[in-house]
Amino acid sequence: MLIYPLTDDQKLLLDLIKQIGEEYIKPYALEWDEKEIYDEKPIKALAHADLFGIIIPEEYGGLGWGSFEMCLAVEYLSYYCAGVSTTYAASFLGCYPILLFGNKEQKAKYLPFIATGKKLCAFALTEPQAGSDAFAIKTTAKKEGDYYILNGMKQWITNGGIADIYIVIAMTDPAKGARGASAFIVEKDDPGFSIGKKEKKLGLRASVTTELFFNDCKIPRDRLLAREGMGFIVALKTLDYARCGAGAQALGIAQAAMEVALKHATSRVQFGQPIYNFQAVSHTFAEMAMKIEAARALVYNVAKYIDSGAKDFSGASSMAKCLATDTAMWVTERAIQMMGGYGYMRDYPVQKYFRDAKCLQIYEGTNEIQKNVIARELLKYYK
Amino acid sequence: MEKIIVCIKGVPKPGTVKVDPETHTLKRESMELILNPNDRPALEMAIRLKEKYGAEITVISMGPSNIIPLLKQAYALGIDQMILLSDRAFAGADTLATSYVLARAIEKLSPFSIVLMGLKSIDGETAQVPSETAGLLGLPSLINIKELKKEDDKWIAIRENEYGEEEIEVESSLLASVSPQAFDYLRPPSLKRLIEVKEKEPLIWTASDIQAEPEKLGLKGSPTQVVDVFEKKLEMKGTILEGEPQELVEKFIEVLKEKEIIKI
Repeated sequence: MLIYPLTDDQKLLLDLIKQIGEEYIKPYALEWDEKEIYDEKPIKALAHADLFGIIIPEEYGGLGWGSFEMCLAVEYLSYYCAGVSTTYAASFLGCYPILLFGNKEQKAKYLPFIATGKKLCAFALTEPQAGSDAFAIKTTAKKEGDYYILNGMKQWITNGGIADIYIVIAMTDPAKGARGASAFIVEKDDPGFSIGKKEKKLGLRASVTTELFFNDCKIPRDRLLAREGMGFIVALKTLDYARCGAGAQALGIAQAAMEVALKHATSRVQFGQPIYNFQAVSHTFAEMAMKIEAARALVYNVAKYIDSGAKDFSGASSMAKCLATDTAMWVTERAIQMMGGYGYMRDYPVQKYFRDAKCLQIYEGTNEIQKNVIARELLKYYK
Repeated sequence: MEKIIVCIKGVPKPGTVKVDPETHTLKRESMELILNPNDRPALEMAIRLKEKYGAEITVISMGPSNIIPLLKQAYALGIDQMILLSDRAFAGADTLATSYVLARAIEKLSPFSIVLMGLKSIDGETAQVPSETAGLLGLPSLINIKELKKEDDKWIAIRENEYGEEEIEVESSLLASVSPQAFDYLRPPSLKRLIEVKEKEPLIWTASDIQAEPEKLGLKGSPTQVVDVFEKKLEMKGTILEGEPQELVEKFIEVLKEKEIIKI
């Protein structure tokens, strides 16, 4: 309902996303979900449209934009399919470590391929015993001459198998605990690196999630990002940036769910009139609209806060992620309820939105972890 | 470097078209123009050829200035140069007068290796312009191709027909219309190029720029006269014959004889 002032170029971005959504996603989204298949066509289209280069500086072939434009792109893409937008957004998650911590050679080697979408990225932190407790990772990287040898496994990695570039967090000095982790760039053809099983998911089924295995995986020394011991700093800073994107995904899903349900409620006749005429229904939509606009205002503001050059925005980006994804969960659940039996049927998309939204409360840091971050930052702020 | 020319057309967006009941022509002011959907495979083929062999692509279109946004759309897909053929004298052209203008412009752009067009427009649906233009230029005309590749100094075109596929070898420049089913993926525009093209304008060529003979232009140069536009209704009348099988066969044979379908 609120119309945000956008520049001409930002409007071009949205028009382009809508064009891609209508042509390459909308006709197929329910089928991809039903059959749990990854289709590379929308990703190819996003690449041809230059949209993988949004946050990459122009000198490396990108558009040189910021978090706000990334959020716009992710939000509008998620309106069409959150599975596709997960593949897209996860590539940013894998790109941020190189962008933020890569040296000149690493940036020059990888960023142009990422910007043009010729190479997809993935970010690999989670392990079976290390989810919210990320510091419990067991994958190791041992330095041997000019190489590092990686051993271990990663779990639930978005874009596993379809990505070319993997950012892997591994322990270089387990004795030092959290300060003993380092971040590495692993390429898909590196010896000793392999892809495990493809997971079966509740939602985001058009995206690919797999295990990664490192079995004496040998990579050159220059694949180390930043310095040894900085692995978790790389990971946490990356997540600070990317969380806003998860919030933006939530906005797109919630918006789509509200629109589909609204169309139903204004045309579905019961007791001789459209059900929207009943206050229980119309007030639910009023609440959906308020919550979505509030979440959008927060996500956009946090994105602009990051773009303004803010140094410390962990708390802010956690708020954006947590509020927006909780909103999407609530809105999609209510959208099903407003459509009754139609909402529950897999011929209609709201049940997909509902399943997709659920993952957003879990990945990129569960919403419980987001509250830990916010609570911690709150004490820093009011010390 | 290869030089590729793609001809595109602005067509009314389906659903926005009204026909003037007096003149039987389209009411152009009320309709929204879009790029002829069948031209997208031609643009895609040109861009893929450019990626493979290196080429400079020029896109041309005939029409008033409301075609310019469509030329810019083509630019955003990856085309290098835009030319609008625009002159009051071009108005009212049928396929022949259109082909004449396109041929004059293409000649002005020589030397070139390939001219590509869509198979047909979704408004006129005549599919005549590619062959007529090729005829006027004296170029080999390949209709409805799905693939074009280079082998040594020859171009190999592949097209599907009702019996299978045929491969056509051409040693010179050529003009081809591209099958609407040529590709299962057509790229969207690039955001960088969309931003870039905001500041760009197409070259505009008038009748004198392409040294066209006035009597071959527009209405004057168009042998086609539209007498009427109407929706053709097909009515099928069925007859049901009843009776015993033996009797039925005899009756049916009578009917076939009456209609002179069989002679006994």
